[in-house]
Amino acid sequence: MARKLNLRIWRGDATDGGLKDVQVDVNEGEVVLDVIHRVQATQMGDLAVRWNCKAGKCGSCSMEINGKPRLACMTQVASFGEDETITVTPLRAFPVIKDLVTDVSFNYKKAMEIPAYEPPKELQPGEARMQQVDVERSQEFRKCIECFLCQNTCHVIRDHEENKKSFAGPRFFIRIAELDMHPLDMLKNRKRTAQEEHGLGMCNITKCCTEVCPEHIKITDNAIIPMKERVVDIKYDPARMFAGLLKREKRN
Amino acid sequence: MSGVFSPTRAKIKERTLRTDKWWLEPAITFAVLFSFIIYATFRAFEGANYFTEPLISPFYSPCLSQACVAGSTIFGWTPVSAEIFNFALSPALIILIFPLGFRMTCYYYRKAYYRAFWLSPPACAVAEPHTKYTGETRAPLILQNAHRWFFYAGLVFNVFLTYDAVISFKNSEGQWGHASVGSLVLLVSSTLLWFYSLSCHTCRHTVGGRLKHFSAHPIRYKLWTLVSVLNHKHQQFAWYSLAGVAFADIYVRQVATGAWTNFYFF
Ligand code: SF4
Ligand code: SF4
Ligand code: FES
Ligand code: FES
Repeated sequence: MARKLNLRIWRGDATDGGLKDVQVDVNEGEVVLDVIHRVQATQMGDLAVRWNCKAGKCGSCSMEINGKPRLACMTQVASFGEDETITVTPLRAFPVIKDLVTDVSFNYKKAMEIPAYEPPKELQPGEARMQQVDVERSQEFRKCIECFLCQNTCHVIRDHEENKKSFAGPRFFIRIAELDMHPLDMLKNRKRTAQEEHGLGMCNITKCCTEVCPEHIKITDNAIIPMKERVVDIKYDPARMFAGLLKREKRN
Repeated sequence: MSGVFSPTRAKIKERTLRTDKWWLEPAITFAVLFSFIIYATFRAFEGANYFTEPLISPFYSPCLSQACVAGSTIFGWTPVSAEIFNFALSPALIILIFPLGFRMTCYYYRKAYYRAFWLSPPACAVAEPHTKYTGETRAPLILQNAHRWFFYAGLVFNVFLTYDAVISFKNSEGQWGHASVGSLVLLVSSTLLWFYSLSCHTCRHTVGGRLKHFSAHPIRYKLWTLVSVLNHKHQQFAWYSLAGVAFADIYVRQVATGAWTNFYFF
């Protein structure tokens, strides 16, 4: 029961490009990635698109569909009206390479700037023991598939290229939160560096990262806001400093 | 040219290609908050029609000024003079900074007004109009970090407003054991305020969120779990409680001016 679908695909590279209209067959139950593949197979042999799993787990097929950052393999064609034209473009926060493929290396650079987990010195490999309640919060963040849709949507860098150098982005705020909440992580200054080096203060908690996350990670409520509160603890809470509560907290 | 129009990005001239009604939510937020601000400003400066035995408007409680009408104060305690520099000060203006500061620095309202008023961003994946952006890293927005101070003040206010609700279970002669529509209005509005405060992100952080080891603090973990449940609904409580205080004020004003009669159940 194939029907015709009107699709507009952005074609081009770093120098120039634009939206191209195509008509393509679509079958019941298909996702946007399916029709893009059909276009590639039948009409635009050199159309560049990145994908791997077609199961919403590899995070490769991130693009913008009718202006919304989404995974193409998890977006049902049927979720749009039958006579609606579907517009697909590459992510608009990162440099475009070709057609629907962007250069997301910004994110790998930011990943390297976050110091790794630091285990207690006395522990030998295999000796670490943790209670489930202590790791639960961090586990939510481990669901991340690194699709970078949150990074792409975040207006701090999407709308301000110059902020890229000083802003790690929501994906890495959940990484920092994961480690800061980790019961055995020994690195002391994660809160301070989150604010002073990774740009936590640039986030204005407008929650677009949470809105687009395909893993439904509560990025803002469970990672960014708790980290902002932890920063207030060490930087902006005079009462706690005077009372010396800070020291006690560190031993927790 | 910056942002989505930067040279390395895909060349697309539209600020957004979204086809849904992305502007609706910020437009509604703007309309509601703006109306509330206009009304609250008018009421704060009015300096009248805020008390009618046994009801007091939440905008004027606690009434601490020598200008407060008889019966509206807490045991006659009026530490603040009625005017400052020959300028007659409405009793509401003395206390307004606390609830106002609490809501202004609330993580949810920040999202709401950054989007609806400042368009930063107006909606997700819709390019914002500003050329520069520094977020909450410098003055004045760095002051958002004072949210917890307003949170504590808010708790004190909740106690006052709950007290107001309790003493509203009197008749207009001051005898206990009566209940009117007005007492219910104050009771609902102060209860909603408690839900708003207890669902606050700072509350969640304070009761247990800041811990590294939940297992070592079972009671705080339990509290954190409970507050987390409320926290999911913080946005709703923010709106309900705002509507609650606004309606409580309107109700008291209407009764005080004689436009409405405060109906007694018993
Ligand atoms: S909540 Fe913060 S990190 Fe997330 S998209 Fe908004 S500004 Fe970016
Ligand atoms: S946090 Fe969510 S949106 Fe961001 S990279 Fe991970 S899975 Fe993607
Ligand atoms: S192809 Fe793997 S997430 Fe879409
Ligand atoms: S009152 Fe909204 S976060 Fe504290």
